[in-house]
Amino acid sequence: MYNKKLIIPGLIIFVVLVTSPIWYNGLQAGPMPKPELPPGGEQNCVRSAAYMRDNHMVLLNEWRDDVLRNGNRVSITVDGKEYRKGLQLACMKCHSNKEKFCDSCHEYTSVKPYCWDCHLSPADIASKETL
Amino acid sequence: MDKQRRKFLKIAGATALAGVSAPAVVKLTSTPSLAASDHGAAAGHGDSHGEEQPTGIRYGMVIDMRKLYGKPELMDKAIEACHSVHNVPHFEDKKNEVKWIWKMPFENVFPDHSVYYSAKIKEENEYFALCNHCDHPPCVRVCPTKATFKMEATGIVAMDYHRCIGCRFCMMGCPYGARSFNWFDAKPNIKKYNPDFSARTRGVVEKCNFCAERLPLGKEPACVEALKDTGAIVFGDLNDPHSELRKILDKEPTIQRKPTLGTKPSIFYIV
Repeated sequence: MYNKKLIIPGLIIFVVLVTSPIWYNGLQAGPMPKPELPPGGEQNCVRSAAYMRDNHMVLLNEWRDDVLRNGNRVSITVDGKEYRKGLQLACMKCHSNKEKFCDSCHEYTSVKPYCWDCHLSPADIASKETL
Repeated sequence: MDKQRRKFLKIAGATALAGVSAPAVVKLTSTPSLAASDHGAAAGHGDSHGEEQPTGIRYGMVIDMRKLYGKPELMDKAIEACHSVHNVPHFEDKKNEVKWIWKMPFENVFPDHSVYYSAKIKEENEYFALCNHCDHPPCVRVCPTKATFKMEATGIVAMDYHRCIGCRFCMMGCPYGARSFNWFDAKPNIKKYNPDFSARTRGVVEKCNFCAERLPLGKEPACVEALKDTGAIVFGDLNDPHSELRKILDKEPTIQRKPTLGTKPSIFYIV
């Protein structure tokens, strides 16, 4: 191998630099987020917790298409309580703290959904007079 | 070896022949029902012959301006009701205005109907304008993302703000100026929130949705509800001959905005 003296230290420096965030954080990925359970004490969601953890974004898209495109606004009953399909109309009725529920995981995983560009979070609603 | 080659050539020849003749065969043997539905679809569009066949629900509105002459405060009430229910932002600068229903002078609402010697009452009053929920909506034709579309079940021209990329083709397409673009963030410019409805973000186009979110709850559109005691706006199904709306349309002479464009608006005016 030619230029062994340059290449091998160069490679080592490269690998260390690329993996530096891992070393910097001491091989830890930070504390796992603990999304807040509904403050109202509701036990059941529209689907199982495992399904929601993996697929809440799929369900939200399905609801969106149902409500906006197919005109299917049939409400959903969970534990005898009726909810209209929608982020503001259903989800946030129980998960009433977006910062402690949605944001805790989204920030951890660096996911930036644009839901709240338009939709009103409970904090938004509390910040102003409502109808 | 020779035998196999001969077999191959035969199969290849037969396949080529089948491929070439397939369209003709399909055309000749297509079922009459298929042909009929083709014809039906063509007739349904009614581009050249007669009126459309009424099918399904098609929501419409008749605005009786006679009940609103000299009462601009009533019109403001309806506008306010609509805009607050739908979290429509208010911008001072007219250039950035966002509106779902608004007032305009007669010659702007009905440029086709302007005449030299018109009644004074026309000049003294303003007229309601809103999305016409056309049968042939030009905005839907030009939308590159299908963010705006016609709901087949109700005839409402709806918007899916999630898909809107803010290209504003629909604003060019709409001959009624019924669409507004959000140049700025809406939330800081909304006075009161309706917690049951979303706001919009910067960079999307918005317009009247015929209260598609209120109808399934058994409520009438907000503007209709606001003027309920005057009966100035009547909402209903244009395809239902027994609806109050149709009874008015059958009795009273009405006009529409820019009827010559062939968009077939669902909003009718009594002036």
